[in-house]
Amino acid sequence: MATSSQAARASPGRGRSKKAVWDQLAELTDPEIPILTLEDLGILRWVRVGADRITVGIAPTYSGCPALEVIELNVVEKLKNCGYAKVKVERVLAPPWTTDWISDAGRKKLLDYGIAPPAGGSRRTLLGEDLPVACPRCASSDTAKVSEFGSTPCKASYKCNACLEPFEYFKCI
Amino acid sequence: MDRERLSEYLLRLADNALISGQQLAAWVGHGPELEEEMAMANFALDYIGQARMLYTYAGEVEGKGRSEDELAFLRDGMDFRNVLLVEQPNGDFAQTIARQFLYESWYLPLLEALAISTDRRLAEIAACAVREIRYHLRHARMWLVRLGDGTDESRQRMQTAIDLLWPCTGELFAADAIDEWAAETGLGPHPGSLRPAWDAKVGAAIEEATLKRPVSDWVARGGRRGRHTEHLGYLLAEMQFLQRAYLAANW
Repeated sequence: MATSSQAARASPGRGRSKKAVWDQLAELTDPEIPILTLEDLGILRWVRVGADRITVGIAPTYSGCPALEVIELNVVEKLKNCGYAKVKVERVLAPPWTTDWISDAGRKKLLDYGIAPPAGGSRRTLLGEDLPVACPRCASSDTAKVSEFGSTPCKASYKCNACLEPFEYFKCI
Repeated sequence: MDRERLSEYLLRLADNALISGQQLAAWVGHGPELEEEMAMANFALDYIGQARMLYTYAGEVEGKGRSEDELAFLRDGMDFRNVLLVEQPNGDFAQTIARQFLYESWYLPLLEALAISTDRRLAEIAACAVREIRYHLRHARMWLVRLGDGTDESRQRMQTAIDLLWPCTGELFAADAIDEWAAETGLGPHPGSLRPAWDAKVGAAIEEATLKRPVSDWVARGGRRGRHTEHLGYLLAEMQFLQRAYLAANW
């Protein structure tokens, strides 16, 4: 006869730790900016391992960002492939995601990828302040904003006056 | 009773967001330049995202099992609770900018107040939306000034747009029983309390744009009671066609 602890271990989900689940999810990437992982972006908030299901808290970046649904599908699929049958994704609105949640590693990756990372902290931007953005190619700060918008909700379009290359800037919000 | 009032309050916010999103999305393929087209598409996404969160919540509070899609696509014009301002046609670029500027100068402080609502879920949704609308308003204000203080042609178009839409702004600050209840319970701000800051900020921007502030006091109202201008019907016909022609269509 199994003891209660053995029974718990045999039930789906319990066998693996929260950390193992987290590590599986942390390496998933953003569908729009595939060099960033969910962990780099700071949108993976928590993982709850229950008796028969796993619940994952994901913070949306922009309210209508189409990448979110793809991310949610990827989370469910990833965990299913790892043997977890019941997975639920919850959207976490509080505290709201801002670019301050992007990790230092994430900022470095963005820069290497050719996207200028958010300049400064979200609090300053909320006051309407525009900090200078350095060119991700030649590092010159002689750059100009072409548009507040870009190919995805999170980016703005810039050009570098020094090397003349256009580049994208991950907007600070 | 409180559930009924709360769902009505949420539906107003959701309808404003959805109609704004649908309007801005209609610029895709017609923008004056590529960057502006991207801007409009981005704004539309933000609004539709906000609408989805608000409809989902409104449907849950209502308790009749209506989903966000049912609320968006299967209600008729008289059931829509958006203010008249947001349903006014896109017109030329100046008219869209004028509408967004006048509306968002009201919507942003409303969201800031809702972010400290006694209703936690609404406060969370509003806190997310604030980050986005702040960006929108900056963009609309920039264009208002640029077009107003631009060429004779752009200035005249901007002034015409402001004059045209001005009568729809009074409705933003008029309170009915639902608004009074919301203010008393701390759900949301009293609409009248948003007026002084709106007057000052809109006035300052119009002045900076070297435009004239309209003097007309006439106020068009009725949106929150489902009495709309003719424009909403056309907008809904286009937006709802697919869901109504092919019930439960999905992809």
